Amino acid sequence: MNPLAKLIEAALFASARPLTVEELVTLDPQAGAAAVRGALAELRDAFATGDHGVELVEIAQGWQFLTRREYAEAIDRAQFALRPRRLSPAALETLAIIAYRQPVGRVEVDEIRGVDSGAVIEKLSERGLVEIVTRGEGLGRPLLYGTTPQFLEILGLKDLDELPRLDELSVALRPPAPAEPE
Amino acid sequence: MTALPPMAQDQNGFVVELEQFSGPLDLLLHLIREDEVDITDLPIAKIADQFLAVISELGLNQAADYLEMAARLLRIKAQMLLPRRLGDDEWEDPRAELVRRLLEYQQIRELVEWLGAAAARRAEQLGRGFSPEPPAAPPAPLVIDLNDLLAAAERVIALIPEPVLHRVVPRPLDVEGATERIQALLAERAAFGWGDVVGKRPTIVDALSAFIALLELAKRGSLHVHQEGPFAPIQIRRESPREAH
Repeated sequence: MNPLAKLIEAALFASARPLTVEELVTLDPQAGAAAVRGALAELRDAFATGDHGVELVEIAQGWQFLTRREYAEAIDRAQFALRPRRLSPAALETLAIIAYRQPVGRVEVDEIRGVDSGAVIEKLSERGLVEIVTRGEGLGRPLLYGTTPQFLEILGLKDLDELPRLDELSVALRPPAPAEPE
Repeated sequence: MTALPPMAQDQNGFVVELEQFSGPLDLLLHLIREDEVDITDLPIAKIADQFLAVISELGLNQAADYLEMAARLLRIKAQMLLPRRLGDDEWEDPRAELVRRLLEYQQIRELVEWLGAAAARRAEQLGRGFSPEPPAAPPAPLVIDLNDLLAAAERVIALIPEPVLHRVVPRPLDVEGATERIQALLAERAAFGWGDVVGKRPTIVDALSAFIALLELAKRGSLHVHQEGPFAPIQIRRESPREAH
């Protein structure tokens, strides 16, 4: 295996979160992004074809070693790792709205859900799944929320493009900026 | 979600069943699915009655979000009963806004299913264990011999300024004196430092006097005081008439 791939393997092993190509480039000033991508592909293939309990996964705009699915239950049973807490339906609703409408304010989330979502947004923000990305126009310049890399990570997504497209759903959503009738 | 402070649990009649429905729209969708009716042609009277029955049964009839929806449903029901002229193209379906919201919410629910499935699938794979930041370690035990200790003590003692415990400040601040000194310096040099004003080992009274004089002169515009950053040496510069604004 090429030395850069081994260096990247070590860095990914040491990290508790996915590392992006940009971050991995800093490991070796001589190596460019292309070389890092090549080494990542080599590593991924090595772990995919070899007999390994972990695999290299592209996730949250970065790369991370994850245990293979078949071992989750045994590891869980032995309590060697903490499974992430499940998200409540209210949290998922709020996440869905923020993911598709970002940047979006609390009022719009409340309106779509039909309930006050302040506490849910607060919790999601504490868990690092959403964050304030900007302030909106208009009265009080409301805080607008967007999703974080952590959001992608807990869903196992590479990026937001992997979310289902709205026209693939059985019901079409109104466009993001609704023109008020009349 | 209607968030309740824990206190509210104790007050009778204000316990909202949060698990069952995540809001009035969720409950409405549930009723629509149960009745197998067309969402775009909502039998509003029937749905409104069922909604009211369910919220009173579940004790949700005190939660504002559900009450608001109940009121909305009843208003739409009433509007539907109003007579309208035949062939009236202007007629706007009073249900339209509610239907739009329901469809939108239904789509969100569909996304929730998708997100939930994605999260569950992701949870089958574990990343490297996350350990929170360890608490600050207690200081390591000192390994030191007597000579080191004595030397350290001497160094610390040397740093202590001469104590002036016996002396009460004998005179008030001498701001005039300090002002004269600074003005003399100003006449002599265009720029100088704080050390030039107060000398090497100023007493607190001297330092205070000089500082007040400095501020006063700066206010009058006779000089300019500058400091690179916090705790950096103070630089004093004669205020040249050209720079005065």
